[in-house]
Amino acid sequence: MYDLIFLILFPCIIAFILLLLNNNRIRHAIVALAALVISAGSIYLLVSSFTQGTVYYAFPFEPTSLVMFALEMGIALLLLYLGVRFKQPVAVLLVLVQTVMMIYYEITWGMTVEPEMNLFIDQFSIIMALLIGIIGSLIAVFATSYMDTYHSHHHEVRDRRRMFFFVIFVFLAAMFGLVFSNNIPWIFFFWEVTTLSSFLLIGYSETEEATNNAFLALKMNLLGGIAFAGAILYLASVDPSGGLLELDALLASGQAAAIIPAVLICFAGLTKSAQMPFSAWLVGAMVAPTPVSALLHSSTMVKAGVYIIVRFAPVLAGSLAGISIALVGAVTFLLASGIAISQSNAKKVLAYSTIANLGLIVACAGVGTPQLVWAAIFLIIFHAVAKSLLFLCVGTVEHRVGSRDIEDMDGLIVRLPKIAAMMFIGMAGMFLAPFGMLISKWAAIEAFVVAPFGLIFVMILAFGGAVTVFFWAKWMGKIIEVTPFGENIEDTVSTGKWVVLGSLTAMTVLAALLFPLISSYLVEPYVLGIFGETARLAQDNVIIMVLMIALLLVLPLSYLSYRKQGRTMPAYMGGRPTTPDMKFLGSLGMEREMTTRNYYFAEYFGEAKLLKVGNPLCILLILAAVAAIVGVAL
Amino acid sequence: MISVLTAVLYLLLAPIAGGFIAGIDRKLTARMQGRVGPPVLQPFYDVAKLFEKEDVTVTPSQNFYILSYLVFMAVTGAIFFAGGDLLLVLFAFTLAHVFIVLGAYAAYSPYSYVGAERELITLMAYEPMIILTAVGLYLVTGSFYVSEIAASEVPAALYLPGVLIGFLTVLTIKLRKSPFDISTSHHAHQELVKGLTTEFSGPTLAKIEIAHWYETVVLLGIVYLFFGFNPLLALVAIAVTYFLEVFIDNTFSRMKWQWTMKEGWGVAVTLGFINLAVLYYFYLGV
Repeated sequence: MYDLIFLILFPCIIAFILLLLNNNRIRHAIVALAALVISAGSIYLLVSSFTQGTVYYAFPFEPTSLVMFALEMGIALLLLYLGVRFKQPVAVLLVLVQTVMMIYYEITWGMTVEPEMNLFIDQFSIIMALLIGIIGSLIAVFATSYMDTYHSHHHEVRDRRRMFFFVIFVFLAAMFGLVFSNNIPWIFFFWEVTTLSSFLLIGYSETEEATNNAFLALKMNLLGGIAFAGAILYLASVDPSGGLLELDALLASGQAAAIIPAVLICFAGLTKSAQMPFSAWLVGAMVAPTPVSALLHSSTMVKAGVYIIVRFAPVLAGSLAGISIALVGAVTFLLASGIAISQSNAKKVLAYSTIANLGLIVACAGVGTPQLVWAAIFLIIFHAVAKSLLFLCVGTVEHRVGSRDIEDMDGLIVRLPKIAAMMFIGMAGMFLAPFGMLISKWAAIEAFVVAPFGLIFVMILAFGGAVTVFFWAKWMGKIIEVTPFGENIEDTVSTGKWVVLGSLTAMTVLAALLFPLISSYLVEPYVLGIFGETARLAQDNVIIMVLMIALLLVLPLSYLSYRKQGRTMPAYMGGRPTTPDMKFLGSLGMEREMTTRNYYFAEYFGEAKLLKVGNPLCILLILAAVAAIVGVAL
Repeated sequence: MISVLTAVLYLLLAPIAGGFIAGIDRKLTARMQGRVGPPVLQPFYDVAKLFEKEDVTVTPSQNFYILSYLVFMAVTGAIFFAGGDLLLVLFAFTLAHVFIVLGAYAAYSPYSYVGAERELITLMAYEPMIILTAVGLYLVTGSFYVSEIAASEVPAALYLPGVLIGFLTVLTIKLRKSPFDISTSHHAHQELVKGLTTEFSGPTLAKIEIAHWYETVVLLGIVYLFFGFNPLLALVAIAVTYFLEVFIDNTFSRMKWQWTMKEGWGVAVTLGFINLAVLYYFYLGV
């Protein structure tokens, strides 16, 4: 039990130290040290707990709950103050509603309920803890040097780095708390802390845009928070002894009893994981410094949303409400992938790709067969690794090249060869066989084929997959263009960043190589424990995949032979006289520049256009889920 | 389930078979155009000659991408003929294709760049229907394994008429036949010079040709799976299919890329979807 408490409390302690500390060099050291301790702690948790299955711990309910309630009220007051100060009436209203609900809960049941097994650990929690502990703390390390550069580029932004790192570590602590809690009001407390943390981080630069986007994120997540609070009130009123407030008891109570709170909590999950119609907050969140985006997209925040939905998958499975929620995910997957085609802002492409992949996870969890839960967990793992790498690479590119536009990334392989190679691997991890995301998509197709309403999901996966290949491959093509001009400007990237980027790159490859082990030691036991049956890829396929990765690792060696032989010539320019930097003689003797541009198809895949379809459709589907549980209740 | 022997046989024999098919293709095309045409072995002479030529590139990294293209196209076919998972075959196929597209991007040449972008459009156009083909074959034979689908006694083609027509449509896209030869073409009616393959020459271009031979054999192998219940019929179907491809190639002019998208996605959401929906209804009761 102490390892769990350590992982929750240690980041908090570090957070307070960083809040009080003004010296930048000591901050660097403390963050690096803390990252090391947290990663080691989560690996220790893996080593010590993975054989034990699910273990529940009787952590004292009081006074912990009282402390949490006090903190919740403090958070509410802070949000009310900020809401009034920035004239955000809707946010104020939502905070008030939620606070009143929680006060009502505390007065009516808070003193009488006494859940015993408040903390727990199982294989899924271990996986989440590893993602939070390793990827989250790597991002924190990256952020130390990133924020130095950030402030030397943006003198107009007030230096609030103390607050920044305070919130980052609180965020990690809250994520640990969220995945270790078996007590649903506690999960809700940590849930709200992640909402607050992302609100503060998105608004970091204090520009009008940042403030507005931070409040957008806050409002959407508070909406989910209200649904979550509703679920707690419902559970307490159904069973005043508080027995159902334990997550395992609720999940074990069967679909009839658990479906109403499950849908309410999954609604909260949909807002947090930025499914349509709530996708806008995550897209808006890219105004934050890039490490924040990396954190929100990979190991925290949105992963909390899908974590809770995957937890509730056994309850959703086979219900009409579950299918509706799954369809919200599927529609989001398809349309967000489409929107990604039309975007040239690299961070926006990454954001929509995240939303799409979260959609796929939600679709898997909503249908909830054992195979699909297996696929969903692997999607969470692979996505976290590859997406954090990509965000941090884009952040580095942005600082060196001065743009985050994909059209400015011509010949990145010439200017920033190592960064470009890492981005290449990250992107391959997102959509190509034999890497991670594709393994999961493949498993998802095979599982959806035999699932209820499977054809609709298979169709959506087939089209969404094709669209995904298009938007990644054209970006990949852009960065590997070998331009005859451009200089290597890579030496200005700091060592700390290299360590982080290198680790994440290695993890992207390793995750694909080690996935059979992850599957048999963590994911399969979890799925087996929940459903009594499990899923896996056939042995033959695993061997073929590993061989393919080996081949991919060997093929670059062929570069060695090209150096010696062969002659290079300039590209074919239609016979026009061309300078070495690709300027050619046009008509009337004018010198023109050759530039290459990607297709974006805004007229087919434009953001506004597809959101106009997706948002109402997903609202209807959510209403259908609500109608389904109202039907159950009556 | 996996047979290494057939995979090795494929690796050795597929280039020969593919080269012959390419030769017959050229002969047929010539006859349709009222020419005598080259000898059937001409593709082999061409590739042999390409290997003799000097190795000239715009950037050496092109070589890496094209080598990877060839290797993974061979891997794709090897998995297929070993009897492996059809979906894995399709994913390896996509991987191979992404490599040739990257090779074209790497050159930073206006013509090959547009060719690469258009090749990606064709990839996006045919992919959904190809996935639905695998799903359709699974529904009627109960397996994703090529070995089991091929050995199945179920007359798949009879249950999957829509999927079959849909597959043949995207096969035309896949083989880059007119009207879908938007990225590169063997015919001289391209405004993109040679599009995708503009910047490849000599041994590199030869590798692309060989990869294309491997590819043709795999694609025709998928046609076989529809008729696996009767091998003789399957061979006839393959012959007819290829003849139709050549015929279409010579009777259509090239269309805009939008048309490729519409056709590829259109057959998937109409023929593919309706066919599968009917199957779902009757077989699975959903």
